[in-house]
Amino acid sequence: MISLATHFLNPMKPSTLTQLASFAVLALAAPSHAGQLSGAGATFPAPLYQRWSVEYNKLHPDVKVNYQSVGSGAGVKQFIAGTVDFGASDAAMNDAELAKVPANKGAVMIPATAGIEVLAYNLPGIDNLKLSREAFVGIFLGKITKWDDDIIKKANPGVDLPSTPINVAYRSDGSGTTFIFTQHLSAVSKDFADQVGTDKSVTFPVGAGGKGNEGVTALIKQSPGTIGYVEYGYAKGNGLQMAVIENKSGNFIKPADDSGAATLGHMELPANLRAWPVDPTGADDYPIASLTWLLLYGKYADAAKLADLKGFVEWALTDGQKFSTDLGYIPLPAAVVAKSQAALATVK
Amino acid sequence: MTTRIQAQGGLKVFRRGPDLFRILCGVASVLTVATLAWMVFEITHQSLPAIHKFGFGFITDGRWVPNRDAFGILPFLVGTSVSAFIAILFALPLGLAVAIFLSEDFLAPPIRQFIRFTVEMLAAIPSVVYGLWGIFVVIPLVKIFGQWAVVTFKGVPILGTLFAPPAYGNSMLTASLVLALMILPTITAISRAALVAVPATLREGSYALGATRWETILGVLLPTAAPGIVAATILALGRAMGETMAVAMLIGNSSRLTSSLLSPAGTLAGLLANQFGEADGLQINSLMYAALVLMALTLLVNVLGEAVLRYTQRQTAGIR
Repeated sequence: MISLATHFLNPMKPSTLTQLASFAVLALAAPSHAGQLSGAGATFPAPLYQRWSVEYNKLHPDVKVNYQSVGSGAGVKQFIAGTVDFGASDAAMNDAELAKVPANKGAVMIPATAGIEVLAYNLPGIDNLKLSREAFVGIFLGKITKWDDDIIKKANPGVDLPSTPINVAYRSDGSGTTFIFTQHLSAVSKDFADQVGTDKSVTFPVGAGGKGNEGVTALIKQSPGTIGYVEYGYAKGNGLQMAVIENKSGNFIKPADDSGAATLGHMELPANLRAWPVDPTGADDYPIASLTWLLLYGKYADAAKLADLKGFVEWALTDGQKFSTDLGYIPLPAAVVAKSQAALATVK
Repeated sequence: MTTRIQAQGGLKVFRRGPDLFRILCGVASVLTVATLAWMVFEITHQSLPAIHKFGFGFITDGRWVPNRDAFGILPFLVGTSVSAFIAILFALPLGLAVAIFLSEDFLAPPIRQFIRFTVEMLAAIPSVVYGLWGIFVVIPLVKIFGQWAVVTFKGVPILGTLFAPPAYGNSMLTASLVLALMILPTITAISRAALVAVPATLREGSYALGATRWETILGVLLPTAAPGIVAATILALGRAMGETMAVAMLIGNSSRLTSSLLSPAGTLAGLLANQFGEADGLQINSLMYAALVLMALTLLVNVLGEAVLRYTQRQTAGIR
């Protein structure tokens, strides 16, 4: 301590200056150091990615993954601009966005985890409310306005539904969650497709908007009679009531790990691995599910970085999947993992 | 006085060498103006595609549908104006009453000082805390009121429209009430300062003519302090229109135009905060255009306020 103090108290000493200079160089070089991987993008998988970062760092102390949850859109923008080592997006990248990635780099979209969305509601004493396709589309179009509407009653025989107004809660901020939800409703109902359509932010004809999953959760928790769409993990974590909803086969499916896994297992993935189970056809498929993607470049100039990144993603796709369930995500089925690994192998 | 300055070497002492302080002040003011100009330029530049596409119709169109590339901000413009207006409606009488109470000698000075400090502390609470407080305290109250109001005022001409069902907790009324509380310290602090600054001779003169305390307050003190009170109101209005976080948490963020105060609504600032993160293409241009309109609206309020301020100053010039 004393030697250090005297060391610095004598600023004219050349060795001190050299040391300070080398500190400065190290500090400047740190962000591009081989062991550092920086990523940005979707907020939905962020808790899992951050967990992966921590767990992977325990196994490989020399690799540090820094993931910023800035939103899918911002993640794609940063990935195109080349300011990150990898991106992440709930909506993958569309063709226009893919075209903007510099041709000498190229992009590879790798499904990393998956999630389902639930219709969470607040009706004290009424658990496992069943909602038919007609019912939930009607509610979000503002056509069904009371909980004891005949269409809701039909699917819930013997349940004493209150004659209170239905309050609808939706996401007010642009979000992949809204995209996946409206995509499913548009597939189910032509009216919904015409009146509302599919996008990250749409204009619902009824209801109030909350910012983020937490905003919608607050809206639902505060007022009995409210229904809204949130991520499964969020609803589970907050103890919200979740509706059992009808799928294309006419079966009522409870949101759960296995019903979500069934949907993903039945998915057909194209060569670029970008697809959604828009309206899954399997008898026991939970209807509203989606993959979420890591965005990697096709080529990396830095060989050490490439090795670190491939090591991390390979681990995430295999050992990392076991952290999914705890955090409310759906582990990728083996078939999807195999395709993701094949895509990862093309990254050079 | 003159002899003392001369004894120190005359006025020239202060004029020798470069006037560093003046240069610093000059640079600071130029930088401030330049920053504002830069912001206006950047926002205008980025909103050009939307301005070309929608023109003036942007302001009068009531549909904001990002996935159909239809962008009109009428509901948000109305939301911003109405929420700020209702907030002033609640905060001005209350804030002015507190200011009068604190500028008179109704209470012992330490207690007055304590109340003053407490009211001014309201200005130091972060916006997001007001939002949370609104969620847990104001929303339940507004819901109870709303359920009562939709039944009671059903069929009553104007009230029936203002309190039309369905009654939501996240509504225009909730946001306006919390805004009123947020702008209360601005109104109280500036109005109190204006009232305290009224010359004691005016008050004494009023008493000497046989006026009571309340006659003095209403007939002499308030008119004399009017410019300060007007300034307080304008500042408060500006804050209410620009407030983002608390409003976005409470107003229900809807882009539908309704007349009911119990329905969800939206404001321009809330729209920007909500949609900017994931916006793309024309939506970004339109959000920039909305930001430009919000800036213009704030400017308009300030210009109007300045005009009213000058008018009241002229009117009260004789008695000060």
